[in-house]
Amino acid sequence: MKVGSTFNVAFRALRRNKLRSVLTALGIIIGVGAVIAMVGIGNGAKAQVESQIASLGQNVILIFSGSTTASGIRTGWGGAGTLKVEDAEAIRREVPGVVAVSEEVASNTQVAAGNQNWFTRVLGESADYFDLRQWPLADGAPFTAQDVRSANKVCVIGRTTATQIYGNDSPVGQILRIKNVPFVITGVLTPKGLSAQGPDQDDVVVMPYTSAMKRVSGGTTLRNINVQVGSASQLQPAQQQIISLLRQRHNIRAGKDDDFTVRGQQEIAEMATAQSKTMTLLLGAIAGVSLIVGGIGIMNIMLVSVTERTREIGVRLAVGAHGHDILTQFLIEAVALSSVGGLIGIILGIGASRLLSIYASWPTLISTTSIAIAFLFSAAVGVFFGFYPARKAAALDPIEALRYE
Amino acid sequence: MNNGAVVKLQDVHKTYRTGEMEVHAVRGVSLEIQKGEFVALMGASGSGKSTLMNIIGCLDRPTAGHYILDQADVSELDRDRLADIRNQKIGFVFQNFNLLSRTSARENVELPLLYGPRDLTNVELRERADRVLASVGLQGREDHHPSQLSGGQQQRVAIARALINEPEVILADEPTGNLDSRTSVEIMGIFQQLNDNGITIVMVTHEADIASYARRNVVMRDGLVRSDFPVAQRFDAAAELARLPDSSIDQ
Repeated sequence: MKVGSTFNVAFRALRRNKLRSVLTALGIIIGVGAVIAMVGIGNGAKAQVESQIASLGQNVILIFSGSTTASGIRTGWGGAGTLKVEDAEAIRREVPGVVAVSEEVASNTQVAAGNQNWFTRVLGESADYFDLRQWPLADGAPFTAQDVRSANKVCVIGRTTATQIYGNDSPVGQILRIKNVPFVITGVLTPKGLSAQGPDQDDVVVMPYTSAMKRVSGGTTLRNINVQVGSASQLQPAQQQIISLLRQRHNIRAGKDDDFTVRGQQEIAEMATAQSKTMTLLLGAIAGVSLIVGGIGIMNIMLVSVTERTREIGVRLAVGAHGHDILTQFLIEAVALSSVGGLIGIILGIGASRLLSIYASWPTLISTTSIAIAFLFSAAVGVFFGFYPARKAAALDPIEALRYE
Repeated sequence: MNNGAVVKLQDVHKTYRTGEMEVHAVRGVSLEIQKGEFVALMGASGSGKSTLMNIIGCLDRPTAGHYILDQADVSELDRDRLADIRNQKIGFVFQNFNLLSRTSARENVELPLLYGPRDLTNVELRERADRVLASVGLQGREDHHPSQLSGGQQQRVAIARALINEPEVILADEPTGNLDSRTSVEIMGIFQQLNDNGITIVMVTHEADIASYARRNVVMRDGLVRSDFPVAQRFDAAAELARLPDSSIDQ
């Protein structure tokens, strides 16, 4: 029997049972749709994280103050205050390839202006910070190295903070009171969006670290040091030199653990994307399960169909169908159900992720690979779950089949 | 007469084994059916006539003995070769018609062509099916589904399906078993007409009067042929129909 007429026979059989065919395909439609949408969400999140990591700045190394253990309680990074301003200066002076260094202190505090107030994050940085983070100003000017040296009461604020306190008015030149100290706002940062970890990066006040230490947080140690090197190839050696420099400065004997942590941008990116990779995998796996459930639905219906059409199979065998003709017919029916279901599922999945992007503003990213994989997988589901019923049909004895009531 | 034999059974045995039990359904049947014969195979249930019919129809293989169909021994062929033989040389007509439901009369008739050795275009399929349907008096019903046809019409579709590949022999298994007496006579009329045109027919029946439409009766009992005789007073379907009251529900 030629392939064309086998297709014909299979599609005729599917058309004869329209509602059943549609319901059976629905399992695959939902499965594939879910895979496409879930993987789209996962990939979208991953792409977003990657772009945020890139927004940290180029060729950046972060040095965090280490963790210490006091009475069995570990403080976590930045808790020990092991990084000193002099460490940052030493790095700036001694490590080759370093183009920018920003000493960072951070605290969360209430800020106020007029009758408005807002709880926000106050960062103390050096004047290099805005270049290092590739974070230009939308309005006004950044504070200068002179401001840092003199610990001037100036600051730059993020978009969210600006909107919360000043609404639509321009904050440049206004006075912001932080811990009752008046700071002059010199500029507003361009919006950067949510960070990889979630917090709104624009909900921030950035001031010279000297001012922050003296007037806001009050400490004498740094939370972390942001270092930028000239090129990607300098990252690795610079990282090594920073480690040995800081160990030497902190008098850490060989064999003892560092009291600080150095991370390259690469590592941070890997850590962050690993998270979203896991999420993509998890979402994909959950959706994959529904695809398998859809496949079982196909197998179920095909088995019912084989039993129901035993007489038909008997007639076909009696008039000269070979076993493989019957096998192909039922296999084509199963694969047609699953791949047509797959196609509809792909369209629905793309639609669903579009809707999620628009209405829930979740970033989604549909790749052609995931579409191709979903389609091939749905066809494979048809072959896999259709094979057993089809083989059962092909193996029927024509005499028994003709006699079947 | 040997040269004209379409069906030639030589000491055919069929034994079914169900667990420890052995059932000897056919115990050594030798039978020759010549080209152009119209044979009624008779016998009570359990006489082995259905088993013999399955062997003649190449649906089953004999456990012993030989079956020569159209000068070729088919007793040792495998499943797929037997399917080819059924497709080319045998046309089946069943008691319960065995038409595909929700499938038009035409498509039912086309079915054997789909499994044939030649790939026909849809137009060719259609033309052949329509021609055969017309020959059994179903012109204009080509697109009807079995559920829209009467029992007699359904059986005619089945006969058309049996004829489509111009087989050596038509095998009919209780073809009138599900039909009322008038329709039965009509179907016998079609068979007699086909037979007059030279088509060989083997029909299983347990009704003596239906068997009287054939030219030869073969009676089986306990897996053996008990008697084999030409029909002395053959019924003529056309004459019988004229005698029956006109209670036609078919037309």
